[in-house]
Amino acid sequence: MNAPPKAALAAADNQKSDLKDFLAAQERKSLLRFLTCGSVDDGKSTLIGRLLYDTKLLFEDTLASLEKDSRKFGTDGDNIDFALLVDGLEAEREQGITIDVAYRFFATDKRKFIVADTPGHEQYTRNMATGASNSDLAVILIDARKGVLTQTRRHAYIASLLGIRHIVLAVNKIDLMEYSQDVFDRIVADFHLFAAKLNFASQMAIPIAARFGVNVIDKSERTPWHKGPALLSHLETVDVDTALADTPFRLPVQWVNRPDLDFRGFAGTIVGGRVRPGDTVVVAKSGKTSKTSKVARIVTMDGDRAEAVAGDAVTLTLADEVDISRGDVLAAPDNRPAVSGQFAAHLLWMADEELLPGRQYLLKLGTATVPAAVSELKHKVDVNTLDHLAGKTLALNEVGYANFSLAQPLAFDPYKDNRDTGGFILIDRFTNATVGAGMIDFSLMRATNVHWQALDVNKQTRAAMKGQRPVVLWFTGLSGSGKSTIANLVEKQLTAEGKHTYLLDGDNVRHGLNRDLGFTDADRVENIRRVGETARLFLDAGLIVLTAFISPFRSERRMARELLGEGEFLEVFVDTPIEVCMQRDPKGLYQKAKAGTIKNFTGIDSPYEAPEHAELTVSTVETSPEVHAQAIMAYLRERGYLG
Amino acid sequence: MREVAAEFANPVMLYSVGKDSAVMLHLAMKAFYPSKPPFPLMHVNTTWKFQEMIRFRDETVKRLGLDFIEYINQDGVARGINPFDSGSSLHTQVMKTEALKQALDKYGFDAAFGGARRDEEKSRAKERIFSFRDAHHGWDPKNQRPELWRVYNTRINKGESIRVFPLSNWTELDIWQYILAENIPIVPLYFAAKRPVVERGGTLIMRDDERMTLLPGEKVEEKLVRFRTLGCYPLTGAIESGADTLEAIVTEMFTARTSERQGRLIDSDEKASMEKKKKEGYF
Ligand SMILES: Nc1nc2c(ncn2[C@@H]2O[C@H](COP(=O)(O)OP(=O)(O)O)[C@@H](O)[C@H]2O)c(=O)[nH]1
Repeated sequence: MNAPPKAALAAADNQKSDLKDFLAAQERKSLLRFLTCGSVDDGKSTLIGRLLYDTKLLFEDTLASLEKDSRKFGTDGDNIDFALLVDGLEAEREQGITIDVAYRFFATDKRKFIVADTPGHEQYTRNMATGASNSDLAVILIDARKGVLTQTRRHAYIASLLGIRHIVLAVNKIDLMEYSQDVFDRIVADFHLFAAKLNFASQMAIPIAARFGVNVIDKSERTPWHKGPALLSHLETVDVDTALADTPFRLPVQWVNRPDLDFRGFAGTIVGGRVRPGDTVVVAKSGKTSKTSKVARIVTMDGDRAEAVAGDAVTLTLADEVDISRGDVLAAPDNRPAVSGQFAAHLLWMADEELLPGRQYLLKLGTATVPAAVSELKHKVDVNTLDHLAGKTLALNEVGYANFSLAQPLAFDPYKDNRDTGGFILIDRFTNATVGAGMIDFSLMRATNVHWQALDVNKQTRAAMKGQRPVVLWFTGLSGSGKSTIANLVEKQLTAEGKHTYLLDGDNVRHGLNRDLGFTDADRVENIRRVGETARLFLDAGLIVLTAFISPFRSERRMARELLGEGEFLEVFVDTPIEVCMQRDPKGLYQKAKAGTIKNFTGIDSPYEAPEHAELTVSTVETSPEVHAQAIMAYLRERGYLG
Repeated sequence: MREVAAEFANPVMLYSVGKDSAVMLHLAMKAFYPSKPPFPLMHVNTTWKFQEMIRFRDETVKRLGLDFIEYINQDGVARGINPFDSGSSLHTQVMKTEALKQALDKYGFDAAFGGARRDEEKSRAKERIFSFRDAHHGWDPKNQRPELWRVYNTRINKGESIRVFPLSNWTELDIWQYILAENIPIVPLYFAAKRPVVERGGTLIMRDDERMTLLPGEKVEEKLVRFRTLGCYPLTGAIESGADTLEAIVTEMFTARTSERQGRLIDSDEKASMEKKKKEGYF
């Protein structure tokens, strides 16, 4: 039995030596972070409430309010309903369900624990992933009456995907199955059949009745056939030591500390290995050849340190002047991270809006944030069977395996080697929401030093020969708004002035280069990506490029803009209201879209996101296209594009 | 903390003068050493704080040489809002919640550190470490950003802000152990001393100044008391205790039978009150 620390201390007099012993014991205690997962009503909250209650971590006033609440909301008659202890938020309390991740703390004589309580509904898989990302062990609850469910498999898979190596299978409500060993054995066998593919390092199955405390803290006489330990003693003793301090040294630089010209410190949290003054470190850095230097000092407010290990937040100074900034990684020279702009990774999608391959998101890995896109979705994973499925996108809570392409190379490790240098999030560039979580599998570039081929004849040379400043005029607007008409007029005037141009028109490109693409969101993104790249090549050739595409999504227009340099991309918004466009309907397309014979038509059943910061906006309702063409020419002339 | 300093244009540390703030400030001093923390401290003063808190605050700021902002909701002062006549919830609403919003708007802070811990109270258990607030400082518990590993999404649009809780994963015991281990200065009110207190509604209130008028039958007594949390003196209950050293406080902690927020009267006002306050922008 584990005497709670309080009882131990109450017995002790307030003598300092006892206090010292106690504090020293506290210091020595290891910390286990685990998460609980189960379907709704499997008894997760009851179990956690039990653990908190039985380790005497509840204070009297909390208990009093718990008793009061049990009477008001409880589903357990006059008994204390332990679930109420952990279900916090008002709305969910009234609905009687858990909706978000909650973190709880408790401790025994042997260990401290942080529990992530994660919900069971399907739509909240993302919360479970969140809890799992910081846990070493997962307690998977199963209702003994129901056995292994779809959700059980899902939970086990997500736990393994996020790198959890240790599982406890808690078969709950065994009281309702007459404490039957057969029931228990059958469920465990079922689970093992599935989990064999998931490579857990340890799996412990325990029959429990959370509500009555059976096999939670102590082993119960009700299950004499159970040979294993009770839940708490297993949690106290299970060895989950990941020995991060023995992995290769990694320090992602978070902040450069420069109080004055003489001091230049690199601050961050060590996420792998250990470091001492005198150690050689290499700067894994985006885009440059790696430099090495020696660690000069480990600086702290309480004096320099002789060593720092994984988990410590430190400030290092180096012996040489090396150009290092936030996002770079200091690493062991004999065991370096990959530095590359392409990798393969598992991706868990966490947003309502689905993943669009080709679209740019922000990728944050460690302390670095760069624009990145999924270049190819290799397959989706059916989280219930682990089968690979073909797919073009990922929806909320789906998992896939994909190739990523980054705007700049980053330093990283495979996720299985290091969670901190191998796990990343994707951020939507407009809503700023966290939309995906990724676990890197491996780098796709063997050589870590692929450079751009530097060519002798460049854009400047080509442009100078033509006596112009190359630029892309990107026309965007609804079908029938007048993009092609105006672009065409502008191109005519440009050629009349002896300028060299090229017009990329939506319909024409779709006959050739993009013949293979349709009109789904994913295809529209790819369409614009290709046009953006083509426009860039023509621009590089020194041409003034005009593009006339509906290009309905802000993200892709932004992506095209970012392919080019400052002042090389001018967005022209042809702002014609949809009613006018429908009236014009030059190709009879609106008619068909309304009749339903064309699907995914912009403005009808596919959205148009109007630009917010277009360089030029023209409205064609009252003015003729010629006037607009003149205005655009004037704009180009004023800003020196025409030489 | 360094993550915030690196990614935000205009962060601030909300300094409430209590023990959690003391620890948070100490961590900041360490994180940025040898530099000073690259953001100011701000204290939202309700004008009803213990006098000793204000003295301690001013000394701390001076000793560490930090940028400091004090904000008082002058409009609330003009309206005569006070915890006795206005009631604790209106007082907190105007002098704390609204004051904080006004202050954040006035200075245009895009990130604010707070000392809240997940073990304090149920709804806080679900807070993120980086907690997103809309342009009206509202918190939407159903729509929080997932936090994986140590990767925090710090992107915001204009007008929106983020509250950051570096002590999220600390328990009260951790706080005291750390104060003891690092010898961090804290307001003397945490230590037991003879203080003038009045028993009101089952709670011991220290009569810190003349603004507290006695009700019929009440009398001021000198008692050996200390405080487990600090806020507005009329809303903060003292406990009878002889613990006058850090060691004694930590030892007392082990035998504690009352969770710490009970001393604060605002919680018992309304069930799930903290959650409501938070949706409105209280920390
Ligand atoms: N008979 C029995 N009922 C249980 C047991 N564990 C939990 N329950 C009940 O199952 C219901 C759902 O429990 P709860 O903890 O809220 O489930 P959660 O949704 O997984 O958090 C409650 O009515 C509990 O009292 C158990 O071991 N045996």
